Amino acid sequence: MTLPGTRAEAAAERLPGEAAPKVVTAPHPLRRLAALGVLVLLAMAASALITNPAWEWDVVGQYLFAPSVLRSVVLTLHLTALGIVLGFALGTVLALMRLSPNRLLAGVAFGYVWLFRSVPLILQLLFWYNLALLYPRLSFGVPFGPGFFDIGTMDLISPLAAAALGLALHQAAYAAEIVRGGLLSVDPGQREAAAALGIPRARRFLRIILPQAMRTIVPNAGNEIIGLVKGTSVVYVMALPELFYQVQVIYNRNGRVMALLLVAAIWYIALTTVLSVAQYYVERHYGRGRS
Amino acid sequence: MTAMVELRDVHKSFGSLHVLRGVDLDVRRGEVLVILGPSGSGKSTLLRTINHLEKVERGTVRVDGELLGYRRSGDRLYELPERDILRQRTKIGFVFQNFNLFAHLSVRQNITEAPRSAQRRPPAEVEALATRLLDRVGLADKAEAYPRTLSGGQQQRVAIARALALEPKVLLFDEPTSALDPELVGEVLAVVRDLAGGGTTMIVVTHEIGFAREVADTVAFMDGGRILEHGPPAQVLDRPAHERTRAFLSKVL
Repeated sequence: MTLPGTRAEAAAERLPGEAAPKVVTAPHPLRRLAALGVLVLLAMAASALITNPAWEWDVVGQYLFAPSVLRSVVLTLHLTALGIVLGFALGTVLALMRLSPNRLLAGVAFGYVWLFRSVPLILQLLFWYNLALLYPRLSFGVPFGPGFFDIGTMDLISPLAAAALGLALHQAAYAAEIVRGGLLSVDPGQREAAAALGIPRARRFLRIILPQAMRTIVPNAGNEIIGLVKGTSVVYVMALPELFYQVQVIYNRNGRVMALLLVAAIWYIALTTVLSVAQYYVERHYGRGRS
Repeated sequence: MTAMVELRDVHKSFGSLHVLRGVDLDVRRGEVLVILGPSGSGKSTLLRTINHLEKVERGTVRVDGELLGYRRSGDRLYELPERDILRQRTKIGFVFQNFNLFAHLSVRQNITEAPRSAQRRPPAEVEALATRLLDRVGLADKAEAYPRTLSGGQQQRVAIARALALEPKVLLFDEPTSALDPELVGEVLAVVRDLAGGGTTMIVVTHEIGFAREVADTVAFMDGGRILEHGPPAQVLDRPAHERTRAFLSKVL
């Protein structure tokens, strides 16, 4: 006994020796036409890039691996790394403060995020760069009490330190929200089960909660890191020879504006591509057990 | 002989909601107590006070003679530092309605985590323990699986093994079969029945009346934040003294 439409019935309809009928999918002529149109546009774009000598691909090739450009790429990476590591470290502390039952801690974290998200990055950077105008000397010691030593602000905060500080403090505001969102995304039952098992607090956070929060944190953090790679170009206002500042210096000297902007663009694309690939693997790592 | 679990005049409120209104309870060593009662009667809250997942606001909870969560000095109870509360919790196993297995850890890691980090027992000993416990709950072949790949019944059996890994003095079950498909209830209850036969002190909140009748040494019926009656199953289930108990049983039986 078989139900209608089963394979047994279909087979019974066939004559002996006849093959099973082939499935033919319906044609989509408009879809094909659209694809053809896009292909033409792509070809036109490629031709415009390659055939127009004004792009000066030879100049691009000449500067792509020039020592001064490579040094600026290293500085860009250096600033990105400092901004992300310090930013997420401070951001995690802020996220934990924000989730604290203590109102003052939560309030201060809220205020920090509010302030540093509200002021444009370029203003923050100029502020740190010019900190010496406000406080020529910084003193370390007992709060409101005697100082142990003091130091000139200009000596302590170099342009590089000011840039890293500015990027990190700005990044921390965004990182705090990302980490907080990640921590809140973990089922409260996980925290409760860990507490019921008597697992120590720090271990509970690092071993049980944070790895699960990472599933939500990593995609957003990936956005932030890639954003910061490009965001470091704002640092050119502080005359730090990172990638964007360096190509400007070169094209101001030789006038090959488009070629050098292309050099910078190629490097930014290369760096963000590497980061995107890394993000894929990190996400896969933290997605284990979820399929 | 002292009680394994002893509650005296326990009160608990959530805001203006008075959930526990003076609970007294004694559970002997090796006793299996089943707590029955309608939703909102305070059963789960009561269970959660026994390992200090909920703080008691008045009254005392003792497990194996030790005052839970507080230190008494004169007429005051001082809340213990978290470290001491965590140490006390390792003596009390808790099985949740929704299993709450750690989703990013394998079954084996779920079981070994607390003995390693909370009790600081040697790795080799803990690994052997995990193997033994998985064998006991019938999941020896699932040690390296992740919780998500298991059925609800299997997850709950892992959760029971995880609670047993601390070698607790008392096991608390909070509606362990309520989140399961009906055909999976039996396998979890079989494990609990097996533990009951082995002399483990257990407090089980459940709606499974048949299980209560078969396995429980005593049954308590809760309503409105109080224990209305507490006695052998034959007495509470078949000859309930309270009208409330009769009404509840007539609905669930």
